[in-house]
Amino acid sequence: MESLVTILVFAPLLGAVLAGVLGKRGDSKPAMAVATVLLFLSAGLSWGVFYQTAWHELEPFVVRIAPFISVGDFQSAWSIRVDTLSAVMLVVVTTVSALVHLYSWGYMAEDGGRSRFFSYLSLFTFAMLMLVTAADFMQLFFGWEGVGLASYLLIGFWFHKPTANAAAIKAFVVNRVGDFGFALGIMTVFWMFGSIEFAEVLPRVGEFARTEWAFAGAQWRALDIACLLLFVGAMGKSAQFFLHTWLPDAMEGPTPVSALIHAATMVTAGVYMVCLLAPMFELAPQAKQIVTIIGAVTALFAATVGLAQNDIKRVIAYSTCSQLGYMFFAAGVGAYQAAMFHLFTHAFFKALLFLGAGSVIHGMHHEQDMRRMGGLMRYLPLTFAAMTIGNIAIAGFGVPHVFGFAGFYSKDSILEAAYAAGQENPTAMFAFIVGVLVAGLTAFYSFRLAFMTFNGPAVWKHEADAGHGLKAAAHHPDDHATAAQNESHSEPDVSEHGGAHGDHDHTPHESPWTMLVPLGVLSVGAIFAGFVFHERFFGEEQAEFWRSAMRPDRVLFPESTSRLLEEAHHVPEWVLWSPTVASLIGLAAAVFIYLLRRGMGARIAANAGPLWTFFYNKWFFDELYHFVFVRGAAKLGELFWKRGDRDTIDKLGPNGLAALSYFGGRRLVRIQTGFLYHYAFVMLLGVAGLLTYALFAFGAVE
Amino acid sequence: MLSLITFSPLIGVAAALLLRGRTDERSLNAVRWIALATTLFTLALSGLMLAQFDAGSPRYQFVERFPLFGGFNYAMGVDGISILFVVLTAFLMPLCVVASWGIKERVTEYMIAFLVLETLVIGVFTALDMLLFYLFFEGGLIPMFLIIGIWGGKNRIYAAYKFFLYTLLGSILMLGAMLYMVALTGTSSIPALAAYDFGRTEQLWLFAAFFASFAVKMPMWPVHTWLPDAHVEAPTAGSVILAGILLKLGGYGFIRFCLPMFPDASIAFRPLVFALSVTAIIYTSLVAWRQTDMKKLIAYSSVAHMGFVTLGIFAVNQQGLQGAVFQMLSHGLISGALFLCVGVVYDRMHTREIAFYGGLATKMPMYATVFLLFTMGNVGLPGTSGFVGEILTLTGAYQASTWTAILAATGVILSAVYALTLYRRVIYGTLQNPQLAGIADLDRREWITFLPLIIGALLLGVAPSLVTDVTATSVDALIADFASNFSDGTFNDPRI
Repeated sequence: MESLVTILVFAPLLGAVLAGVLGKRGDSKPAMAVATVLLFLSAGLSWGVFYQTAWHELEPFVVRIAPFISVGDFQSAWSIRVDTLSAVMLVVVTTVSALVHLYSWGYMAEDGGRSRFFSYLSLFTFAMLMLVTAADFMQLFFGWEGVGLASYLLIGFWFHKPTANAAAIKAFVVNRVGDFGFALGIMTVFWMFGSIEFAEVLPRVGEFARTEWAFAGAQWRALDIACLLLFVGAMGKSAQFFLHTWLPDAMEGPTPVSALIHAATMVTAGVYMVCLLAPMFELAPQAKQIVTIIGAVTALFAATVGLAQNDIKRVIAYSTCSQLGYMFFAAGVGAYQAAMFHLFTHAFFKALLFLGAGSVIHGMHHEQDMRRMGGLMRYLPLTFAAMTIGNIAIAGFGVPHVFGFAGFYSKDSILEAAYAAGQENPTAMFAFIVGVLVAGLTAFYSFRLAFMTFNGPAVWKHEADAGHGLKAAAHHPDDHATAAQNESHSEPDVSEHGGAHGDHDHTPHESPWTMLVPLGVLSVGAIFAGFVFHERFFGEEQAEFWRSAMRPDRVLFPESTSRLLEEAHHVPEWVLWSPTVASLIGLAAAVFIYLLRRGMGARIAANAGPLWTFFYNKWFFDELYHFVFVRGAAKLGELFWKRGDRDTIDKLGPNGLAALSYFGGRRLVRIQTGFLYHYAFVMLLGVAGLLTYALFAFGAVE
Repeated sequence: MLSLITFSPLIGVAAALLLRGRTDERSLNAVRWIALATTLFTLALSGLMLAQFDAGSPRYQFVERFPLFGGFNYAMGVDGISILFVVLTAFLMPLCVVASWGIKERVTEYMIAFLVLETLVIGVFTALDMLLFYLFFEGGLIPMFLIIGIWGGKNRIYAAYKFFLYTLLGSILMLGAMLYMVALTGTSSIPALAAYDFGRTEQLWLFAAFFASFAVKMPMWPVHTWLPDAHVEAPTAGSVILAGILLKLGGYGFIRFCLPMFPDASIAFRPLVFALSVTAIIYTSLVAWRQTDMKKLIAYSSVAHMGFVTLGIFAVNQQGLQGAVFQMLSHGLISGALFLCVGVVYDRMHTREIAFYGGLATKMPMYATVFLLFTMGNVGLPGTSGFVGEILTLTGAYQASTWTAILAATGVILSAVYALTLYRRVIYGTLQNPQLAGIADLDRREWITFLPLIIGALLLGVAPSLVTDVTATSVDALIADFASNFSDGTFNDPRI
């Protein structure tokens, strides 16, 4: 088993390296094939490990490969931790990644940099596997930043696009802000526990339950500080409120990347981390409250912004952000199982939605603006079916006690837990209310997307007739950002595809099988993942299901969480029905505005009430951050450089001295034309003189 | 053994001197090969020494000692800290020679300057006698000064002068302090002085004098402004040596002199050192971001990275000190490589203006990959050696002063900002400058210079214990010795 999991983790790395090397020789097919095959191998093994672990035949274990950083008590090792938590992540990561590899054969078929693309994808997968199998904070951090690198490279994959480059840097830097907190959190843990190994730290959290520190003039519970700092890292990676701005921009990357990294796997790393450290968070009540609030606010914020976006990928991006908010407040109220459950189901339907959107974009010849789509149901029937399944799953439709799509089970789990926790904790109740409201918004924006894309008149047909002149007319009249966004959003069609644009047939076409097969597989997941796994992740069997390799008692989530889940199983009937009802209302609104009263959506957008403008502009976060941080730092940098280094330090230092000294004024100019050897000679003379003096002084002592 | 390593480059100097004055291509080539062979020989010797080194012992090893005139000794030896700097120097020198293959002007003198510099720098790290140390330390200025002054850019005189002025001023103070110490204790042996108990007031004055010299070499803010100018004017290999090795002399000096000899003063000055380090990290990172010259940007980033080193050293704990040593070694590889990266395009286009470039990824994919790797090293991405030093020094500093660590950790954000901005402007984007249309990717000679650095940066990033296992015992001994000066043993207060 140990060698199998080692192969599982390192196969993608091998794939990345081989794809990179093979890709240098003209033909990119071998590179792509190697990467894809190795990823499918990895995925197959993952399901094996998951099956063995989840169904009790396999005790959790840790494979130690080699030491990493080990200095004093700061001990870390390259290792592979296998327990339920990592097994769930292994399955999610490798499955989606394998499917995305396959999908990219079709999607990237015309791109000149395909082998580089596959290499990056595999590299990302490897980093993500290192992240989820870490047995200490250093390897976790390695994976954490490694996926950040891969994300940076893939967002900026089309490196000739300025917007893609800017988005890549933004993603990296905003993540670094999170990592700044994460790193400090690790140092705090080390300071407290004298160790950074999970197996050392997690069993001992109880000892520090009451430890308090005086810091910055106040008393703090040590675990609260540690957890909050770590959570800052999670906020960055999972694009939570305040640190969310990079995620929508990350849509500059090719769509398979959005599906893999910015929907199903990397962005859930923050949730994974909080669940991994559940024993710590359970003893950090204030940190938990803040996790809950940030999660709930993100869920609401992102859903409101998602309502108003016109770029198909951005709608899904904000939807991801919002769903991550759900996961966080689930963890915040103490229902880590529900958070992981939603993470699991979300991976299927969100990857499905993104890949579906990719199929639409591919079919529409790299058009991403939904206002220029419409009526695609006829042309992309299979994509339409897949997207519909995804939308039903994310909207969480289902009948309590009977059957529902994946999102129904996991979202209900979260809301039940929040309601149960809300009996004593007002913050949790706030999260519950927000959660129900957002369920409605989710259904609305999901079906708004569906109707604008697949139903209604085929806008693109008229445009094709009238050339591209209509593009401007379709724009929001007083929207300054739209023009720029449209320029930048559509993915460039590279090589022959782009060259032939003029005489290209504009009729949308269904995608090749390489793209449809992943959609099919994910559709199965989006339908059944909730129904099949509900009992184990969240239901009566959860306590046996979740087993840890990090504690001697094998318990992953503390006792308190099981009690909460027990209460969650017995919430009133109306709690079960409330998200379903909210979703139906959201659906009805979408049907009314975007299906029945065609044009009403465009009118709302055109009238641009203050609320709509506010949503459309993403609550003006980008403008604010740009003004405060980017311009502020730039000005400070200029100030330090020109006023500090040049006008102060140099003027008082060397230049000032020069003006006073032998070297001063015109002499400096004259000497510049002189002989360099003079300098050396003077210096040598100086050293010799000083040495002579030294010897005399020394001799005097003897 | 140590003397052989230290002075082996002089064999090459002697051989090269025989060919001096000849300017035909064959002789010049012979000189180049002589320099390469000599530096490789030194590298092989130092590798041999490392293999024989007993990392389990905190004592100086390979010690050579015999009395010289006037009562001071010729004493050499290495411990787990200095041996790695010797190896680093010996490692970088052959790469510098290869990188300088294209130098056309006064080749013989150039190679001689480098070989002499190698001897002097290795001497600094191996000297166990203070005056010997001083001789090497100051002597090292001369070849570097010549390298900048003769083979430098058009503003080289100003840069050389600034470099000279700063470093010499610091050195004079240090020399005064050394003489006082010799007069007081009657010995110039470094181990003996480390064991000597200086009075608190004496410590403060002596520390200040040493500090003046080492802070300039580091360089610490605000005595850093010589560095960007020196780098900009220096030839590529000169920059590599300057950033890769000469900047380490200051940090090494702090570890070898200030901590063991002046422990009370080290603690007394610690708030100042921390404040200057944090200032360096934040201030110079922001300045780096605004630079328009590639070399200046990297030079400023070096100052920021050295800020982590001083933080780690004065944290005086295992993570801090080992991190500081690691950071210096890692920076030697990464900044050296980054200057080589600049050199690659400078050789082709003769400009370092960032705005001149853009879109190189299309024409130079291999160069783009190499540059990316070292950019990520500079950013401190885990998996590269740059990360290990940063996280260890920060962890060390956190235990000594939480606020300092928090402020310093902003450096990890800022380094991403300036490094990725540079990368984007040079490598990404569309190729718009018509002059770049014919630019060629890395050639074989450039690959030879990069490959060892790539392997080094990745290997140390993945298996940092290769270094920390060597330094551990010596660092532990140093800390134990240091702590014994504080009766309660708690010189670390996390809330200063």
